[in-house]
Amino acid sequence: MERFVYLKDVVTLALDPEKCIGCGMCLVVCPHGVLRMNNGHARIVNRDLCMECGACSRNCPTEAVTVEAGVGCAAAVINTALGRDGSSCCCVIEPDKDSGGGGLKTSQSARSGCC
Amino acid sequence: MHYMVDPGLYALGNPDDQAPVLVTANYKMSFDRLREAIPGRNAWILVLDTKGINVWCAAGKGTFGTEELVRRVAASGLTQVVTHRELILPQLSGPGVAAHEVRKRSGFTVIYGPIRSTDLPAFWDAGFKATAVMRRKTFTMRERTVLVPVELVGTLKWSLVILPLFFLAGGLGGDAGFWAGMLQNGLFAVIAMLSAVVAGAVLTPMLLPWLPGRAFSLKGFVMGLITSALLVTLWTRGFSEPGYPTRMMAWLFIIPVVSAYLAMNFTGASTYTSLSGVRKEMKWAVPFQIAGGVAGVCLWLSSLLIT
Repeated sequence: MERFVYLKDVVTLALDPEKCIGCGMCLVVCPHGVLRMNNGHARIVNRDLCMECGACSRNCPTEAVTVEAGVGCAAAVINTALGRDGSSCCCVIEPDKDSGGGGLKTSQSARSGCC
Repeated sequence: MHYMVDPGLYALGNPDDQAPVLVTANYKMSFDRLREAIPGRNAWILVLDTKGINVWCAAGKGTFGTEELVRRVAASGLTQVVTHRELILPQLSGPGVAAHEVRKRSGFTVIYGPIRSTDLPAFWDAGFKATAVMRRKTFTMRERTVLVPVELVGTLKWSLVILPLFFLAGGLGGDAGFWAGMLQNGLFAVIAMLSAVVAGAVLTPMLLPWLPGRAFSLKGFVMGLITSALLVTLWTRGFSEPGYPTRMMAWLFIIPVVSAYLAMNFTGASTYTSLSGVRKEMKWAVPFQIAGGVAGVCLWLSSLLIT
C-alpha cells in the first residue's frame, strides 16, 4: 500500500509530556498513526503524517496534545482570501447555502471515503 | 435533501437492552453503509443531525460533535432503552467529539470503532477492539479514482467560460478569416485545455503516489509538462504557419500551470493534507501559476498577430 507524506516540518501539532497522563486516546483517534505510547506517555513519532484534523487534541482530557485544526483544502484557502465563505469548499458546506458552488453532489462526495 | 435520514434512534434487527449502540451521521450513504456492513446483527443505531453531511466532514465542521451527541442521547431516551452505558462511534468523528466530555455530560463511554464500516464485523467479533490497520485512513487508487468525476464537474463551469473566449480570439486573430481562424486556433485551444484538465484533475489524482514531489502543485505541474510535451510533439497540423512555434510555446506554459492549479485543488479531496501544509504550498504555487498563466496567454495572443 502506498504511504502518503505531505510537506515536511510544517504541522502545528505539539505534545506537552508534563501534562500527558498516558490515556492513549490520541493514539486511538489519529487516522495516520502519528503518535505512539512510550513509557506510559504518548509521543509524536510520525510528525509529517499529521493532517491537523484535530481529533487528538479534541480527545485529550488534559490538553497535553495541541494542534491548530483545519481542513487542508486549497479551494477553502482561496475562498477565505477572496473574502468568500471559507467553509464553502470540499465537504464542509451547508447544503442549503449551496447555490453558487459546484452543486450538492460536489460538496458531499469530497472526502466521501470517510463515511 | 434526499441525502438525509431523520435523526434519532433506529433498531437494526431485534436489539434488546444489551445490544450495542452505533452512532452515525444523517447522510444517507453513511447510514446505509453502516446498516449494510452488519447484516443479520442486532444493534441500535443513533443517527445524529449532521445536516446530511458525512461523518468526517461533519466532525471537522463540528456538527458531528459533543453537543449534538449529548443532546441526541438525551432526546432519544437511550438510558431507558439500553442498560449498558457505551456508544460506538466511527473513529473519524474524533475531530468533533470529545470522548471525556461526552462521558461527563451523558454518562456514556465513547468507544471509537474502525474507520471503514466494512471492518465493523471484525471489530465487533473482537469484542469491540480495532486493530491498527482499521485505524489508518488510506487513499487507495480506488478511493482517488471515485473522486475524479467530482473534480471534473468542478472544472466544467470554468471551461464553459474560457473555451468560447479562445474560439473568439482565434477567429479575430490571424489572417485566415474569422471562421477559418476560429477552427484552426480555437479547435486546438479546446484540445489543449481539455488535456490540461485531464492532466490535473484525472491523471494527477490517479498517479498521485508516483508523481515526483510532495506538493500537489508540483505533481500536477510535472503531469502537465509531460502532457503538453506530448501534445506539442504529436500535433503537426498548421506546422508551416508563421505563428506556430509561438503558439506551441504558449501551450507549454498554459497546460502545466492549469494542471498544477487543478492538482492543488485536489488537496481538499485528499485524506492526508494539513491546512498548514496547503498554506505553505500555496505561498509559492499560486504566484507561480499566475505568472505562468499570464505568460502563456500573452504568448498565445501574440501568436495570432504573427503573419
